[in-house]
Amino acid sequence: MTTSGELAHHRHPGDPLPPLRDRVEATLHNVELRGALRVMATRFNDAREVAISAPGIAAMKERGTAIRAAGVQDLRANLARAEVSLRGLGVQVHHAGTGAEAAELIADLAEARGVRRAVKSKSMATEEIDLNYHLEQRGIHVVETDLGEWIIQKASERPSHIIAPAVHKTRPQITQLFSDLAGGDLPDEREELCAFAQQQLRGEFLTADLGISGANFVCADTGTIVLVTNEGNGRLTTSLPRVHVALVPVEKVLAHFADLATMVPLLIRHATGQQLTSYVTMIHGPRRDGELDGPDEVHVVFLDAGRTALLGTPFESMLRCIRCGACLNVCPVYGTIGGHAYGGVYPGPMGAVLTPLLSGLDEGSELPGATSLCGACSAVCPVGIPLADLLVELRAAVASHAPRRTRRAFFALWSRAWSSPVLYRWSARAANRARRWPRLARRLPVARAWGEGRDLPAPVPETFHDWWRRDRSAAR
Amino acid sequence: MSPQVALFVTCLVDQVSPETGRSAVRLLEAAGCEVTFRTGQTCCGQPAFNSGYPADARRLARHFVDVFADAEAVVAPSGSCVAMVRCYYPTLFTGPERTRVEAVAAKSYELTEYLVDVLGRPDLGAHVDTTVAYHPSCHLLRELGVRDAPRRVLDAAGAPVVELVDAERCCGFGGTFSVLHPEISVPMADEKLDRVVATGARTVAACDTGCLVHLATRARHRGLDLTVRHVADIVADGLA
Repeated sequence: MTTSGELAHHRHPGDPLPPLRDRVEATLHNVELRGALRVMATRFNDAREVAISAPGIAAMKERGTAIRAAGVQDLRANLARAEVSLRGLGVQVHHAGTGAEAAELIADLAEARGVRRAVKSKSMATEEIDLNYHLEQRGIHVVETDLGEWIIQKASERPSHIIAPAVHKTRPQITQLFSDLAGGDLPDEREELCAFAQQQLRGEFLTADLGISGANFVCADTGTIVLVTNEGNGRLTTSLPRVHVALVPVEKVLAHFADLATMVPLLIRHATGQQLTSYVTMIHGPRRDGELDGPDEVHVVFLDAGRTALLGTPFESMLRCIRCGACLNVCPVYGTIGGHAYGGVYPGPMGAVLTPLLSGLDEGSELPGATSLCGACSAVCPVGIPLADLLVELRAAVASHAPRRTRRAFFALWSRAWSSPVLYRWSARAANRARRWPRLARRLPVARAWGEGRDLPAPVPETFHDWWRRDRSAAR
Repeated sequence: MSPQVALFVTCLVDQVSPETGRSAVRLLEAAGCEVTFRTGQTCCGQPAFNSGYPADARRLARHFVDVFADAEAVVAPSGSCVAMVRCYYPTLFTGPERTRVEAVAAKSYELTEYLVDVLGRPDLGAHVDTTVAYHPSCHLLRELGVRDAPRRVLDAAGAPVVELVDAERCCGFGGTFSVLHPEISVPMADEKLDRVVATGARTVAACDTGCLVHLATRARHRGLDLTVRHVADIVADGLA
């Protein structure tokens, strides 16, 4: 039996996963986790609802959708322009076709520059390529500096939410963790805990030779690398160490700097419900002559890892995603099972779509089926990704990629039978009759699954078809 | 001339809650409609579509369109089945066939939507004094965009409607999801049922039999003293 603790534990891409059902049940047994999820969802959802009900936000959402749709459509051209702009600013640009290539490239780059210590600001892309592990393999000391990321790094866990990585941990658990690190009891108070983390991290910033970040956006026309953060760690990570490497998934490129006026507030309002984060960092290359701050070298590593393969497919719209996390917060399945149960790096509706698309239909192929298709994700998405429709589309892709013979045969037979009114009515009566013997009926697979926690629906005296025929047709 | 309505009862109503079909007939007739029931009808095909078998769904969609092609209006007591017809049928077809499908899609309505938004008849002369917690089912709300019609029908009948906390959160039915993932689906029902219990209302209503059967059979399994009913059934009971 898997426990939620085991599930939270850091895993490397390709590590075996327990089946989805075991993962879900491990989470359901963790009452503390379910409480934490509920608190998180309410806090984020309430804040977002206020932030997006402000005047002009609906129009901003439309503009954002158009910007991202056009940006994705011209992705290759935008990427080429971004590269030219970045080089013009003195940024060294690299391309990685796969996650493994990206991790190797960054580790080589660090090694060649004699890097011993690295600090990181929060980046899901680096989680995707398991970068910390690769750097540690080369003997490089890596420290996460986002508070949530630092917490889970210290706990040897993995993020359970794309913008609130430690959302699965309660404050008492964090107090315990920090007390163990401090070698003495720390008070269970927010300020004290943050002060402890800040004091620990400050030294890391000052001694690191490499700063690693992701990017929320990169502007093709100006080469601007944009980071939105609340803790200031992003700014320290990208300005104190002598080398800065930004790992940028290719779809993060915006055509125009002016697009930021829409995209930055749209992202933030949907992510944290703030009007603006405490810091919006815009990086234009390394430190220039006469400047006091900034790294000697800035590198951008563009990560493809299955993304451009989605261009021109029914899944292209997924590349619009700006990682705001709103779909996780509104998702009733995410709210029930939590992020770790999804198994991959990206949880929730966006993860259920992205994981099978990026990892191939063999990994995460069960995720699109594990959704109720309620559509809350599609409705909240700031860039109009029809997530629920993509989940259905993926179910079809999975059904043809790895055919389940019984299921396929069932639907083929069923759709033929129910295209015939006579067979439909006959099977309806038969199913109704079967419910008169619930103990026998429960042996049928569908009824057995339904019966897990639910009674079977009681049989009815007659179907509507039979009632109409008896009552209405006769009367006329 | 009275509006001609072709009733689509849906396979779930037909087999699990035929009373809801009879209630729909009564409501439509109370609104002055002439209701016909085309006995060739079967199922909208959504289970196949949502399971990733669009070709099988197309087979049933074609049958549905054949049955209802010449109807003036198709009305069903289900937001989800109508959403399948209106929003997704057209995506299954191309060319001239698509035009024919789109025509049927455009004249298909959920029951309360038809009564309120098409006929402008939320008040059917029914009197209901049961306090009702209304659960807006997902596809009715988000795919058809019907938010107020069921509440207006209940309001017009005098039923006190109480608002659920997190009302727009899914109840966990999700069609095939409910049998493929009972381990997720059932806790979602519990969350919804707990919200209902917290309102103090003894009755929870919705406009989709799938959600209702899921909630009712879970409530029964837990021994909760709750009545789970279709909006049409509640209002039909209040008709003279």
